[in-house]
Amino acid sequence: MAVVEKAAPHLIGTSGDSLREAFGKALVEWSRERPNVVVLDADIAGGTGAHHFRKAQPHRFFQFGIAEQNMMAAAGGMAATGLIPVVTTFAVFCLRAVEQARLSIAYAKRNVKIVASHPGIDTGPDGGSAQALEDMAAFRAIPGMTVISPADAEEMRQATRAILDFDGPVYMRTGRSPSARLFNPAHKFEIGKGQILRDGRDVTIVACGVEVARALEAAELLAVSKVSARVVNMPTIKPIDAQLLAEASAETGCIVTAEDHNIHGGLGGAVAEAIAQTYPCPIEFVGVRDQFGQSGEPEELAEHYGLTAPHIAAAAQRAIARKIGSRQ
Amino acid sequence: MNATLQVAQLKQTIGSPAPHIAQLEAVAAEIRRIAIAAIYHATSGHPGGSLSCADILAVLYGTVLNLPTSDNPDVDRDRFVLSKGHAAPALYATWAAYGLMSQAEALTLRKLGSRAQGHPHVLDCPLAESSTGSLGQGFSVAIGMAMGLRLQVRSPRVYALLGDGELQEGEVWEGAMCAAHHGLSNLCAVIDYNKLQSDDRNAAIMGLEPLAQKWRAFGWNTLEINGHDIPGILAAFDTAKNELSLPTVIIAHTTKGKGVGYMEDQPLWHGSVKLTPEQVQQALTALGTETSKIESLINGRG
Repeated sequence: MAVVEKAAPHLIGTSGDSLREAFGKALVEWSRERPNVVVLDADIAGGTGAHHFRKAQPHRFFQFGIAEQNMMAAAGGMAATGLIPVVTTFAVFCLRAVEQARLSIAYAKRNVKIVASHPGIDTGPDGGSAQALEDMAAFRAIPGMTVISPADAEEMRQATRAILDFDGPVYMRTGRSPSARLFNPAHKFEIGKGQILRDGRDVTIVACGVEVARALEAAELLAVSKVSARVVNMPTIKPIDAQLLAEASAETGCIVTAEDHNIHGGLGGAVAEAIAQTYPCPIEFVGVRDQFGQSGEPEELAEHYGLTAPHIAAAAQRAIARKIGSRQ
Repeated sequence: MNATLQVAQLKQTIGSPAPHIAQLEAVAAEIRRIAIAAIYHATSGHPGGSLSCADILAVLYGTVLNLPTSDNPDVDRDRFVLSKGHAAPALYATWAAYGLMSQAEALTLRKLGSRAQGHPHVLDCPLAESSTGSLGQGFSVAIGMAMGLRLQVRSPRVYALLGDGELQEGEVWEGAMCAAHHGLSNLCAVIDYNKLQSDDRNAAIMGLEPLAQKWRAFGWNTLEINGHDIPGILAAFDTAKNELSLPTVIIAHTTKGKGVGYMEDQPLWHGSVKLTPEQVQQALTALGTETSKIESLINGRG
């Protein structure tokens, strides 16, 4: 039977901290006793949360200027000397250095952490050029790259520690907007593990990042319609928790994925690949539907591109309708 | 003479400059022979740019790099990154010439399951220090190594060998700015300036000149040498070691295909060429290879 995470039965409210701020503070907290941690910045520390580290550990903070390709490959070189480099920039600029991450980090199995703020349409008014909707797909396709997208500030705090203590290349998303508060410190983040935040029988909603809070809201909406929705927080997109997904498929018969990313190649793709090899079931994908974003406030954009709780609830109804036996 | 020398043995000869230089020249010739034979057996690979950097590699591994030896296995080693990764045949040949890899293994270049991958891969060969092959990246990796070593107050120096066509990558100039800004005097870049690249001359594809002025303008200690003159190469590395505030770039003027007449200065011999038995015989003869050595290289038994 499903084990429900006790640390987060419901939305607790807004923490006020964005995931990037939570990351920056966690970096300061966890680097104190980890003298090998260094942080690399491309003139954007004020936006990524890395400014907290710059203030706390100035001698371990490396400025690369607006030159992400050199920064990414140099991180591979720093790791080769025994350091744990944390590369910080916006998600969209990580895309600029994917090939450096591929050759000089992943192919060489370097212990580098790439932490990207401003993912997805949550980036808001900067518009389509700045809203990375492809980053999880690109980094997920690199062999040996772990891909993580935490959902709230507490999970970000724990994930930051986890990636620093994990030996291998990691790509992790933070976030720009104030984040929903989901977890208390009893939450246990573990790389490669998802958690059931709410149990249900009729459908499973699998979400990451900002979409986890919306998935919980969607489950409330569905409950009003007498639909019992399971909600799974899936902070590790790669390696995906295939066991948890197989159980969800077997027990609820259909799945909805929700992510602030293109519906191609990110969480939805990872879930579909896993489910196809275990217990195939109908899957509906909530995310940006293979298009670029535009300027607007994050909530406006979420509504415009179909990422809000009502959209997730509607997708759940579609998934349920596609179940074998529901087609009379 | 037997050109296969252990690094430690060679280092013991320092103090007698004349034989030292003759030995390095002999090693460079050996590097060229093994590289050509490896490319012949692989039926693909990049001979031109392997031959042009053989003298530089002979000096680097022979006298410049402080590497672990049987007497001192735990030394905090200097790092050399072959940023122009397509010259991998020359790198493996250098290791073979100095006893760091067997000649037989160097001749497995580009074969399935070989450690001698088409471009150096650090997980197969730790001595490669980084995996390279996509131009510009090895230079940045070397910059990161220099920064990391300096932060940890460690003494090793970092060397990177770049191709000239490689300098067309924007990442190189990102790195050039970065290394100068951070005053990485523990970093030395060498440019194998053979004036040719994949399809044509640099000047026809994308001109690099005035190259020395560019590096000086970027804030580097900039040296220009003949990249086939062993004493000049030795002197340049000495100068670089004595530079205390700036990174050093050695612009080494070379001839692509050096040592094999029909390849010299010919864009055709840049890469992915299949050598005929007659061509490899001709090349090895031009490189002053003894008949018995030619046989051992061509039959691949090393």
